[in-house]
Amino acid sequence: MARKLLLEHINVPGINTLDVYRQKGGYRAVEKALKTLTPDEVVEEVKKSGLRGRGGAGFPTGMKWSFLAKPEGVPRYLVCNADESEPGTFKDRYLMTHIPHALIEGMIVSSFALGANTSYIYVRGEMMPQIRILERAIAEAKQAGFLGKNILGTGYDLELYVQPGGGAYICGEETALLESLEGKRGNPRIKPPFPAIAGLYGCPTVVNNVESIAATVPIINDGGEEYAKIGIGRSTGTKLISASGNLVRPGVYEIELGLPVEEFIYSDEYCGGIANGKRLKATVAGGSSVPVLPANLTLKLANGDPRLMSYESLSEGGFATGTMMGSGGFIAFDEDQCIVRNTWNFARFYHHESCGQCSPCREGTGWMEKVLHRIEYGHGKMSDIDLLVDVSKNIEGNTICPLGDAAAWPVASAIRHFRDEFEWHVKEPVKSLDTNYGLANYAEPIAKAAITE
Amino acid sequence: MLKVEEQQPVAFSAALLEKCAEIVSRYPEGKHKSALLPILHEVQAELGWLSANAMDKVAEYLNIQPIEVYEVASFYTMYFLKPQGKYMLEICRTGPCCLVGAEKLMDHLEQTLGVKEGEVTPDGLFSWRGVECLAACGYGPVLQIGPEYTFYENLDKQKLDDLIQDLRKK
Ligand SMILES: Cc1cc2nc3c(=O)[nH]c(=O)nc-3n(C[C@H](O)[C@H](O)[C@H](O)COP(=O)(O)O)c2cc1C
Ligand code: SF4
Ligand code: FES
Repeated sequence: MARKLLLEHINVPGINTLDVYRQKGGYRAVEKALKTLTPDEVVEEVKKSGLRGRGGAGFPTGMKWSFLAKPEGVPRYLVCNADESEPGTFKDRYLMTHIPHALIEGMIVSSFALGANTSYIYVRGEMMPQIRILERAIAEAKQAGFLGKNILGTGYDLELYVQPGGGAYICGEETALLESLEGKRGNPRIKPPFPAIAGLYGCPTVVNNVESIAATVPIINDGGEEYAKIGIGRSTGTKLISASGNLVRPGVYEIELGLPVEEFIYSDEYCGGIANGKRLKATVAGGSSVPVLPANLTLKLANGDPRLMSYESLSEGGFATGTMMGSGGFIAFDEDQCIVRNTWNFARFYHHESCGQCSPCREGTGWMEKVLHRIEYGHGKMSDIDLLVDVSKNIEGNTICPLGDAAAWPVASAIRHFRDEFEWHVKEPVKSLDTNYGLANYAEPIAKAAITE
Repeated sequence: MLKVEEQQPVAFSAALLEKCAEIVSRYPEGKHKSALLPILHEVQAELGWLSANAMDKVAEYLNIQPIEVYEVASFYTMYFLKPQGKYMLEICRTGPCCLVGAEKLMDHLEQTLGVKEGEVTPDGLFSWRGVECLAACGYGPVLQIGPEYTFYENLDKQKLDDLIQDLRKK
């Protein structure tokens, strides 16, 4: 069995309560950090751990913390990003639902490290049940002296609040999140300045994902060096993977980074293979924003070596033959799924969620949705396929925030790897309405797929 | 300007005012505009939707311009700018849920309720709409009902019919 650092006690009855959480060793990290370490020493442990942001970008957390400006007399803020809305991702909701104190404990340790005396957990508004769970957990922690004034007699003060969003994917982008937390529309800010210099209310701010913050608890308990021993290369520690789509056992799994993708999909410890005895056609390995890969390139690198669940291995081969770890939202497509339809669905999603500030994103996502819709519904032209590639190229890199890239990559990668399926839709407009292109050659040995591009 | 279909005078209840005061206390001095999103949720939970009068009242309470409230309420998907059915059934329509049958379920919902997406049933009980990924993709298809955002996972036609029956009886 792989080591579990975040979900070890997830099935213990009552683990959502402070009492049971403490019986299982909870709040030791708060005691240790506040009583025996300085804030800088906590930052140092997180640096040593090699922890990389679990929200999608994979930026080293300790390094991000060390960029935080510390002007005299200006408050600093820690804001937890619990906006989780990236299609395919549902690990943060799972963690907050079942083991809320893991997040609260992480928030206390991290706020202490950053010198924040007021911190917010920004939760997407639809997660009202989770908001209530967190508010109850905060009240319990406060009652027990882990929050509020003079925590555990150490002189450190911290107030922790939960902030609901209003329903907007873009508020997961950290500067849009800060705008939203200030009571405004979720329009991403132009950077610089980065939040580390001017974030919430213009003050130095760190924004971190739920899982990143929860991971500081085992890092402080066992030490950064111990944490860094798990995993592979620069992909240290464990990672929560949200598995969805046509799998025997979809759900949230904690893996040690470096696990072979094949083992993750097919072994009984994890997803248990493809549902209904079907075969794997494609995957989106890191949430809807990352490139889609055919089955063969999911399981193996272009050189035939096994692909691993790690930041490096998933992106091996660049966009020609690789993808990205992203938020760890692993979506599996069986042989009966239509790549064109799914690409259209995602394009519709990004069009709907564009905040509208930049014209390449606002207009481009709309065009991609429209063109994909006509290909899917039998009115497409051959030239539409290159038109899509062209539009995606014009969005990529030309926008204020990365949502533009996130909208462009799924379309570009679908055409890169599944062009024959798009062409079939154009050539067989009637047939494609009620039948499917099927598995085609997407699971065949990779030498074939590797030469596209 | 926002299209307003009903013009009722709006008064906040004592309980609502108390809740709003608690919310405002979460932010530093002078940063009370941060309370806008949470307060809009509270107001909508009490009134069912956000009329222009309700939004003006929120603006007055927070001492901000009405436009600051309108632009926020119209940006986010959770705020209703026109009246909805008593139960708004929101079903996830994003990719991963579609891989496990969400689209068929939406068709079924439309047939069962007899109204199109966004419309209200004649008895005022139900409306429905597709929404984007609800962060429960491994348990799809999923559906939520505000204002409590009660959550239903692994739905099929049978479970959906049962749910609608239960709600009718309530
Ligand atoms: C469009 C968009 C949506 C995002 N959504 C989320 C999200 O839901 N949750 C999250 O933690 N990060 C999200 N991110 C990444 C954040 O901007 C930010 O990088 C992250 O919260 C930093 O935390 P980390 O370093 O702990 O990963 C999103 C980014 C973009 C561009
Ligand atoms: S890229 Fe899209 S979502 Fe991001 S700021 Fe520009 S318009 Fe808004
Ligand atoms: S796609 Fe439906 S919950 Fe994520």
